[in-house]
Amino acid sequence: MRYFQLNRFKQYSILPGFNLALGFTLLYLSLIVLIPLSAAFIRTAELTWPEFWSIVTTPRVLASYRLTFGASFAAATINAFFGLLVAWVLVRYHFPGKKIVDALVDLPFALPTAVAGIALTALYAGNGWIGQFLEPLGIKVAFTPLGIFVALTFIGLPFVVRTVQPVLEDIEAELEEAAATLGANRWQTFTRVIFPALYPALMTGFALAFARAIGEYGSVIFIAGNMPMISEITPLLIITKLEQYDYAGATALSVVMLVISFILLLIINLLQWWNRRRSTLT
Amino acid sequence: MVESAAQHPNLRTIMTTITFLLPGKTFPQHATKEPAWVRRTLIGLALVFLTLFLFIPLVSVFYEAFKKGAEVYVAAITDPDAVSAIKLTLLVAVIAVPLNLVFGIAAAWAIAKFEFRGKNLLITMIDLPFSVSPVVSGLIYVLVFGLQGWLGPWLAEHDIKIIFAVPGIVLATMFVTVPFIARELIPLMQAQGTEEEEAAVVLGASGWQTFYHVTLPNIKWGLLYGAILCNARAMGEFGAVSVVSGHIRGSTNTLPLHVEILYNEYNFAAAFAVASLLALLALVTLALKTLIEFRNQQHQKQRGIE
Repeated sequence: MRYFQLNRFKQYSILPGFNLALGFTLLYLSLIVLIPLSAAFIRTAELTWPEFWSIVTTPRVLASYRLTFGASFAAATINAFFGLLVAWVLVRYHFPGKKIVDALVDLPFALPTAVAGIALTALYAGNGWIGQFLEPLGIKVAFTPLGIFVALTFIGLPFVVRTVQPVLEDIEAELEEAAATLGANRWQTFTRVIFPALYPALMTGFALAFARAIGEYGSVIFIAGNMPMISEITPLLIITKLEQYDYAGATALSVVMLVISFILLLIINLLQWWNRRRSTLT
Repeated sequence: MVESAAQHPNLRTIMTTITFLLPGKTFPQHATKEPAWVRRTLIGLALVFLTLFLFIPLVSVFYEAFKKGAEVYVAAITDPDAVSAIKLTLLVAVIAVPLNLVFGIAAAWAIAKFEFRGKNLLITMIDLPFSVSPVVSGLIYVLVFGLQGWLGPWLAEHDIKIIFAVPGIVLATMFVTVPFIARELIPLMQAQGTEEEEAAVVLGASGWQTFYHVTLPNIKWGLLYGAILCNARAMGEFGAVSVVSGHIRGSTNTLPLHVEILYNEYNFAAAFAVASLLALLALVTLALKTLIEFRNQQHQKQRGIE
């Protein structure tokens, strides 16, 4: 009888363990992720809409949004440019030490953010290895918004490289040969043939780096200087409110950040779908 | 072969004739390659960028750690507070990584081996923690378990401490590392299909036997890969843990938090000494990761030859 049953939820399979595996997955996910996340929304619902709105739009909070988004956008843009360059160099060219360089690109994923934060601060401080050359030029990096940009560039670096690299590897040589045969020079081949194929992956990498930068905390707080209105990022403001026992304020701000993260996640999913469709067409 | 053909007198004559007949047309050997100066400039630019943003920061951690000599370094990492931070960090990883390993296997088994509705939604939900700010990840646990939280009064009544104690640190770490192993296993097990497992079941193997003898050998490297990355994040997590820890020296201080405390006390040499342990962990993680990737490539090549 079971074999002829039409299951609306799941297709029939002779493999066992579906109920156990899915049940455990849902239980674990609910306990660790979904219920705690819902707490932020449910606690915020205790506020009235005007209360919520006034908390998340004070001048200090608005300044932190501008800084967080501005610095994240700038860092993701730099990463899109240099990430494409690094991916290109790693896929197309040979040079000594290439394998080590390739492996080290993932360093920002593996290095704890606090370590990155103190290392960058030491480097870019007035007496640091890099800061000492910038200070005479009048460029202050550590303890300014520029420092936040540097930290966010560091942590976002691998995203673009690692999304563009596999796509670049899969581009068939025939396409470029065809372009050359038809009289295109190398630059034309790049802008008309290679870049359009890479574009979805590049956008995905950019979005991933941007999303990561928006929420980043550990690497930023050491180098930022954390001056209200000037160099205070939104995640830090949440911590500040929490330390003042302003739970409603901290929760309201974190709901804003969660909504932004979910929108970005949706965009990233759409981009990845576009990317997959592109690569199956070519 | 090619060279000897090019040196063949007849062929040379033919090529010279073509060149003669089509003046102004050259036959570049590398129509799909950039000129050498472009190549060198691009490699140079990429390496300068990576040196500034990756290599110098990495080197500077070790330089600052040893700047005041090996004695200061050893003193910093054998300090009782540092030792207790190391122990706590290891404890957190020992709990969080295996739990996420079991979760990853269960999730991948359900998602990769069966077809059901809402699968894409489930995959997105597993990925959620990656897109949540670490600070928010910590805060939500305060909202559930903190004194002002849902379970706060009940926990206080029964004298159970979760926030500002070790359980909170473990929970926050589990949250941020949930996706690592699952998202490594799901595409791997999807690519492997269900034929091998189905054959085992048809031949009379039980579910666990099928998993242990058929699936596990196929996914063990992916499992290890995910576990290594999960472990690196579990040991290095800062933001989420910082919110729930309470920063009590010698009891709820993990290694990254200990780095922060030392740094804020202007004890830079000690901060960088402890940080160098974490940087070493990162390097070991990258080395193991590269090793597994290399092994997988070789394996694929071998399969291709067969």
